[in-house]
Amino acid sequence: MFVARSIAADHKDLIHDVSYDFHGRRMATCSSDQSVKVWDKSESGEWHCTASWKTHSGSVWRVTWAHPEFGQVLASCSFDRTAAVWEEIVGESNDKQRGQSHWIKRTTLVDSRTSVTDVKFAPKHMGLMLTTCSADGVVRIYEAPDVMNLSQWSLQHEISSKLSCSCISWNPSSSRAHPPMIAVGSDDSCVTYGGKVQIYEYNENTRKYAKAETLMTVTDPVHDLAFAPNLGRSFHVLAVATKDVRIFKLMPMRKETATSSGPTKFEVQIMAQFDHHNSQVWRVSWNITSTLLASSGDDGCVRLWKANYMDNWKCTGILKGDGSPVIGSSGQPVALSAAGGSSALASQNALNGVMAGRKKAQLMPG
Amino acid sequence: MAEVDVDPITTLIPGIDSSQRHLGFVWGPGDLLAYETQYKPTGAQHAAQSCPFVHVVRKDEDIYSPILRKLFNESHHIFVGLQNMKDDVPSKNKKHQYVTHVSKNYRSVIRACMEELQRVAASDIIPRWFECMFIRQVSILLAVELIWNLCEVLFIEAAPAGSLLLHLLDWVRLHKADVDEKAQEVLQSECPAEHQAYWDVTVCYILQGRIDEARQILLKQASQQPAARVTFKLMDSLLMKMPIYNPGGTQTLTEFDVKWRRWHQECDRCLQDNSFASHPHLELICKILVGDEDTLLEQREHLSTWYHFLVTRLLYCHPTVKPTELHYYAQASMDMFLDGRSAPEPLDSILLAAFEFDIHQVIKDCSIALNNWWFVAHLTDLLDHCKLLQSHNLHFGSNLREFLLLEYASGLFTHHSLWQLAVDYFDHCPEFGRVYLELQIERVPLDTERKALKVLRICEQRQMAEQVRSICKIMAKKALRNNRLGSALSWSIRAKDAAFATLISERFLQDYCTHGTFSDLDLIDNLGSAMLLSDRLTFLGKYREFHKLYAEKQFAEAARLLLSLMTAKIAPRSFWMTLLTDALPLLEQKQVIFSADQTYELMHCLEELTTGKVAPETELSMQEDNIEATKIELLRLALARNLALAIVKEGTLEA
Repeated sequence: MFVARSIAADHKDLIHDVSYDFHGRRMATCSSDQSVKVWDKSESGEWHCTASWKTHSGSVWRVTWAHPEFGQVLASCSFDRTAAVWEEIVGESNDKQRGQSHWIKRTTLVDSRTSVTDVKFAPKHMGLMLTTCSADGVVRIYEAPDVMNLSQWSLQHEISSKLSCSCISWNPSSSRAHPPMIAVGSDDSCVTYGGKVQIYEYNENTRKYAKAETLMTVTDPVHDLAFAPNLGRSFHVLAVATKDVRIFKLMPMRKETATSSGPTKFEVQIMAQFDHHNSQVWRVSWNITSTLLASSGDDGCVRLWKANYMDNWKCTGILKGDGSPVIGSSGQPVALSAAGGSSALASQNALNGVMAGRKKAQLMPG
Repeated sequence: MAEVDVDPITTLIPGIDSSQRHLGFVWGPGDLLAYETQYKPTGAQHAAQSCPFVHVVRKDEDIYSPILRKLFNESHHIFVGLQNMKDDVPSKNKKHQYVTHVSKNYRSVIRACMEELQRVAASDIIPRWFECMFIRQVSILLAVELIWNLCEVLFIEAAPAGSLLLHLLDWVRLHKADVDEKAQEVLQSECPAEHQAYWDVTVCYILQGRIDEARQILLKQASQQPAARVTFKLMDSLLMKMPIYNPGGTQTLTEFDVKWRRWHQECDRCLQDNSFASHPHLELICKILVGDEDTLLEQREHLSTWYHFLVTRLLYCHPTVKPTELHYYAQASMDMFLDGRSAPEPLDSILLAAFEFDIHQVIKDCSIALNNWWFVAHLTDLLDHCKLLQSHNLHFGSNLREFLLLEYASGLFTHHSLWQLAVDYFDHCPEFGRVYLELQIERVPLDTERKALKVLRICEQRQMAEQVRSICKIMAKKALRNNRLGSALSWSIRAKDAAFATLISERFLQDYCTHGTFSDLDLIDNLGSAMLLSDRLTFLGKYREFHKLYAEKQFAEAARLLLSLMTAKIAPRSFWMTLLTDALPLLEQKQVIFSADQTYELMHCLEELTTGKVAPETELSMQEDNIEATKIELLRLALARNLALAIVKEGTLEA
């Protein structure tokens, strides 16, 4: 791997989240400087900042895009106890020439009494639904019944998880074989409550979310979790970032009777566990085809994990800061690689020297 | 199967201190964004970040190489052809022939690509530092072709003892082409026999089993040394008598073996007799002919690789080698040749695994050593067609072939034009191809209408209804945002999205009310059955029809349509006023258009509208109300007048 490009993000404080839109042509960054920036990728692959505005009165923890079927919509959540929904409006022609666009706030969700730690849109087949979780232990699910009017959101569900919540993940599967499912992770350091990952499932009959499963083996604070894209499997895969990286397999067990009204029972197995970070793991995320998992830890590294065709998981790559300080604040990067300048790094890594007499083998791509 | 454990490679991100900060990341299409962050949410203001950059990290991928693109395109063509090969091919032999042919096709594509790369690298087109990348690429392709060729010989041709060696000789000769270059040099010189490379070439010919050429070149030397005529004649006769197995001939392998042993003994006798003692070069050649290991090992420089050594050794020690015996010789040859001077490289292990007929190991090692799934995916697919792969029960229950094809195709999908090739690969993965395609095709950026239509066509051909709907919806939404109502409408129709179609129809109607004209007339005029998607859309279509009829002066038809729009409740109540206002010109024509009955109906509609009106609250609505009131008065008058005329007209006719 190599650094193909470096974009000067120009935030005045730490960036907490970066989110790609569905097609990978736009990106949003949010920061402790309380603002969100939106970037557009040009044909040539360059990124330009097309909007930058103050969104909250506290650090913005997460930013996320809605599915493009709903238009150009962003949601952000913050330490200021609120989450907000933003929509891009088509601006004046001179704005377009300057390459700028405007985002306006459609709504502010103020139900939380504490910092809102995560915000995620539900899978699109459920409609336009936004989910937040807070340090006060409540997961809130909002819906915009009229997708043409984003200023109207109603709080549809409140799930009290009794533990301070740090992250949520929706099961992206739209299969009719199972109801909507959301996983909630807690970074509560309290030890009396066992499992720090809870799975809730929607019940068609009661029209409510009910707890289906608690992963009792996860007892340490959970910082992030992510369902993998489904790909036609009968079971679900959930990655958890806690004191290590864990990948769980959740197999729905067949309901005893057709009219059984309780939530699905799952058989939970651990598919893999990695403690290579040797410390707390803060983020986990799957790539689009769920063939690669990436994790970020206290060791300042990002690690990539892949299962081979025999279902053995291995670390296939590491990203690490090189420790060098950036020279000056003028925005001139120290090691900005040109598109093809990777050859220097590439040959250093002794790749593909299959016939050229190099010793190290390149590892499994993917 | 032993796991070759390879350490993961670390990629450094500039400007970030891993001991101070965390590394944030997000997955993108074909890349990963990395940035400096801190994950302990305390809410307090942090010290300003030291690395303000977001870094785009990509894999060293060959799909971005323009020359390799040709490789991907052409191999895609071959791949699809292979999949479409009918299973009911007449004979097993024909199938075997066909598969071998396909294998050779693949290899020629690799060679063509390699030659192109070499050509470009040699020319002055590219900058210096790019050159090494090209050269690296060439060496990879060379290795790939070498491995493929060996796999073809061992697995696909599956040559039995006898012809096996001949194939291996071809294989070695193909990959040691530098001999020909040298030979040319020597032969074209003034006095070939005295050229410094003369004996090198001769020995190389012998090592490669190119006996005829060796004899030819030796003639040149012989003519220069009339004194040693006898010795040279002896060597020539030895070479001439060397038995070469003819697979198509009548001689059995056993007969050949007997003959060969006899010849071998004769060569040995010559050595024992010191027949070539006076001529060290010829003696060397004779030692090679008897397969003397030490002599062969001394020719390290000419052999240059252990597998050349292996084949030469087999040629002169055991030409009737059976496929099952190969691996003993291979391992031994490699050990002897490398002799602790250098460790085996990935290529060596791969070739060894091939000699051991361990297909899975070959594929596995290639997957690890190469940067791209191209090679293993296509080779495995080909081998699968020869029914050479046992199906392992894998994750998701898929098989190795499918796993590799899915990986390869997924890699292609992130490329702005190669993604279209990927579609065919997914099509031929029966287990998971469809679901992978569904997932990835949605992510193709819909930059232009043309691209969107291309993606749609692919989805429609495969009955991916949800993806079709989603793409159309996204396009409709985009068009609506940019106020291109016509485009938005046609996309919603295609998406079969009634709700959205209703919305857009409303916008059209609002526009009409404001501007008095319709935009996108072409579209609305040609709705056809699509009109039925939503009530509002139907109304829009019919309303436009009314305008057309009016313009064509088909007043009676227009009148009938206008009335039916209200009575059949196709028109929304909010639009009735507009419709009635549209009726005014028809009412005020000289001739009577609306019949008495129709006029009664119109009056009825008007009454429906005007009853239950609420008193105005604001000044503005009072003004509007006044305008309304005037309109209603005008209508009432016109209707009454028309009614009178109609009654008279109808009454007169009856009389």
